Amino acid sequence: MSDTTADVPTAVPAVLVEGVDKVFDTKKGTVTALEQIDLTVAPGEFVSLIGPSGCGKSTLLRLIADLDTPTTGSLTVFGKTARQARIDQEYGIAFQQAGLLPWRDVSANIELPLELHGVGKAARAARSAELLALVGLSDFADSYPDQLSGGMQQRVAIARSLAESPRLLLMDEPFGALDEMTRERMQTELVRITAETGAAVVFVTHSIPEAVYLSNRVVVMSPRPGRIRDITTVSLGSAAERTEQLREDEAFFENVSIVRELLHGETPVGIRGVENR
Amino acid sequence: MRGQATRARTVLAPVLLGLFALALWQVLVVAFDIKPFIVPGPIAIGSEFGANLSTVVQGALVTGGNALVGLVIGGIGGILFAVIAALVKAVDGLSAGVVSAVAVVPIVALAPVLYAMYGANAETARQLVAAIAVFIPVYVNTLRGLRQVRPVHRDLMHAYAASAWQTTRTVTIPGALPFIFTGLRIASSLAVISALIAEYFGGPIGGLGKSITSAASSSNYNLAWAYVLGAILVGLVFYCVTLAIEMFVTRHHRPTS
Repeated sequence: MSDTTADVPTAVPAVLVEGVDKVFDTKKGTVTALEQIDLTVAPGEFVSLIGPSGCGKSTLLRLIADLDTPTTGSLTVFGKTARQARIDQEYGIAFQQAGLLPWRDVSANIELPLELHGVGKAARAARSAELLALVGLSDFADSYPDQLSGGMQQRVAIARSLAESPRLLLMDEPFGALDEMTRERMQTELVRITAETGAAVVFVTHSIPEAVYLSNRVVVMSPRPGRIRDITTVSLGSAAERTEQLREDEAFFENVSIVRELLHGETPVGIRGVENR
Repeated sequence: MRGQATRARTVLAPVLLGLFALALWQVLVVAFDIKPFIVPGPIAIGSEFGANLSTVVQGALVTGGNALVGLVIGGIGGILFAVIAALVKAVDGLSAGVVSAVAVVPIVALAPVLYAMYGANAETARQLVAAIAVFIPVYVNTLRGLRQVRPVHRDLMHAYAASAWQTTRTVTIPGALPFIFTGLRIASSLAVISALIAEYFGGPIGGLGKSITSAASSSNYNLAWAYVLGAILVGLVFYCVTLAIEMFVTRHHRPTS
């Protein structure tokens, strides 16, 4: 899986966004969702987009996924247009809602993208077994989504997004609907999974600790119109080094403070390390 | 244990009420000496039903068979047409008016015309009446179901670069199943009613509807009521079987996140 990055020269970024604007036409007039967005995501890099509601972070992700098209500017994924990258299945995607098909069991849900792209039955079964082991749900292959907890459903959705070994993962608040305990466990798992697969990740969140814990870089956005306020590099070591211990670490809190300051555009009030989301 | 107790109560209560109503009916018929041409007592109907069981069953097979053929043809037609209307906007636009027009036509009224078209000794006319009656609720409900695709599923299929047909097959139609079955459940009763009433307007002898009219016209009221009982049972069987299939097929369709 990780060797798929080898055939791409490192010069080609996973995502390259240049001067992108997105204007929505509504009944009340035009709304500028994104303005002058420039962003580069290197292969294998984990980048979080963080900002208050309405800052356009989800819109930016949808543009990268070609679920929407930019009004102006250019956007490429592994050197291809977003549209071509989507058609070539260059990315895997997960949303805030797991979005599993309730009438398919867990393995059939994971196999869905493979099935749509004509992968044979035996190969599909092998791949879904592999992914179920990766997300720790091997015992639930034959369960249906309504028999799983929210966290388990989301793990199935992540397994599904990894089905075709994409070099890029797009995630739109995938843990947003989960409770704090499950959320932290899922974050740890995601760090492990991305380390194993070597995929680049664009991760939308509104949780500062989540962004800091997961990311190589955190993109802080401001609303109306959506702009990139700042990009900060989080140096908390390689993915393998980021364990549960890290959440108690001084460096972790420092980075949380930095991102919070950027987000609020002022010095943080309140005690350091206390989560303000 | 409590669950069992509640279940027993939900089953037992209506059964007891039914038995009580039947007993009251019998008492009233006997007490006021009500004549059979007004309404016979349940015991008279029951014994007549038992005595003519084989002819009732034969009639039920004819009427039920016609209803089933109509349900299958109308059901498949309704689902297919709805899928096409959901895929091709122009078809939807063109058909909307026609469908609402057909919906208000009293379909059984077509029976005499259809007998003229297909011959009075063929069951075709009855099956067609049932099929047309079935088509409308199945089409309307299926089309509504096909438009219920959740945005997250639509995004997902778009992200997978799935073709329109792939999306229809893997997401839209399975998602519409609860709606399709609601339509079929309504239609199952309509199929029986239409097939039965169509018999009143002519056609070959043998169905329950024909038997009801001929028994009533020869003043054999108890027998007429026995056939009515048979018709009710056919309707119940159709409803319960569709309901059972619906519950089985949509057992995992509870909405999940």
